[in-house]
Amino acid sequence: MRKHYSVFFLLITFFSFFHFHHALMCFLKERVTCVSTLELMGFRVGQGLIERFTKDCPTFKEDLDIMKFLCKDLWSTIFRKQIDNLRTNHQGTYVLQDNKFALLTQFSTGKQYLEEAPKYLAFSCGLIRGALSNLGLESVVTAEVSLMPSCKFQVVIQKL
Amino acid sequence: EVLCCANYPLYIRSVPTQGELKFHYTVHTSLDVVEEKISGVGKALADQRELYLGLLYPTEDYKVYGYMTNSKVKFVIVVDSSNTSLRDNEIRSMFRKLHNSFTDVMCNPFYNPGDPIQSKAFDSIVSTMMVQAF
Repeated sequence: MRKHYSVFFLLITFFSFFHFHHALMCFLKERVTCVSTLELMGFRVGQGLIERFTKDCPTFKEDLDIMKFLCKDLWSTIFRKQIDNLRTNHQGTYVLQDNKFALLTQFSTGKQYLEEAPKYLAFSCGLIRGALSNLGLESVVTAEVSLMPSCKFQVVIQKL
Repeated sequence: EVLCCANYPLYIRSVPTQGELKFHYTVHTSLDVVEEKISGVGKALADQRELYLGLLYPTEDYKVYGYMTNSKVKFVIVVDSSNTSLRDNEIRSMFRKLHNSFTDVMCNPFYNPGDPIQSKAFDSIVSTMMVQAF
């Protein structure tokens, strides 16, 4: 029963995620609350997912290891590809670049939908923030798109 | 025997159920030892990155074992000193089961992280474990 539950959960994540995400977009029309609601949902999902995915990993040594795990393992499990480029200033700011972000590939590659893009990135920002939060790193995550379907997530780790 | 998580207890269970209060104390002091072990590991060998922390400290009555997940949730098992039949790998597998069960609790969308754990499934895993071990 337990095994079915976790497989079921992962199936939801893999297959219906993209479809569900789009349906959710159409449902939530109010711009401001929709973005923050999505971000919060992403946050909670990120917390749960990271618990499951790091269950068999040894302890992370430093922040960079955590970010690399996010870019390689977490991203490939959820979006079926790794982050293409990770940059950092070694002072707590990281930029994750995905040149073909799975949630944006259905958009045409012009400028016409750039305004709508933030809605589609909010959940993923929350996902990153939730995952990091459960690993002990509080952060602020923002995303920007200048050319579909490539996007950049900026993560700023909050030092206490 | 008592099990507990996080920096304030999310879950405590003991057998026999009387004298639970002194377990709270034992568990709290053991958290300090966990902190020591964690910060010490960084300076020691690079491959000491296991989640299982082993025997934290033996008191005259009890042996205390620790385990910390990547999400900084700590599990503590307190065993009577007179119980010498429990081997290290049995304790390890108890922690694995706890971790698996805790992960399921975490993934439950109705569970709010930081709340006390009230999952029946978690309870039954713990009961089974305690019955098997003692």
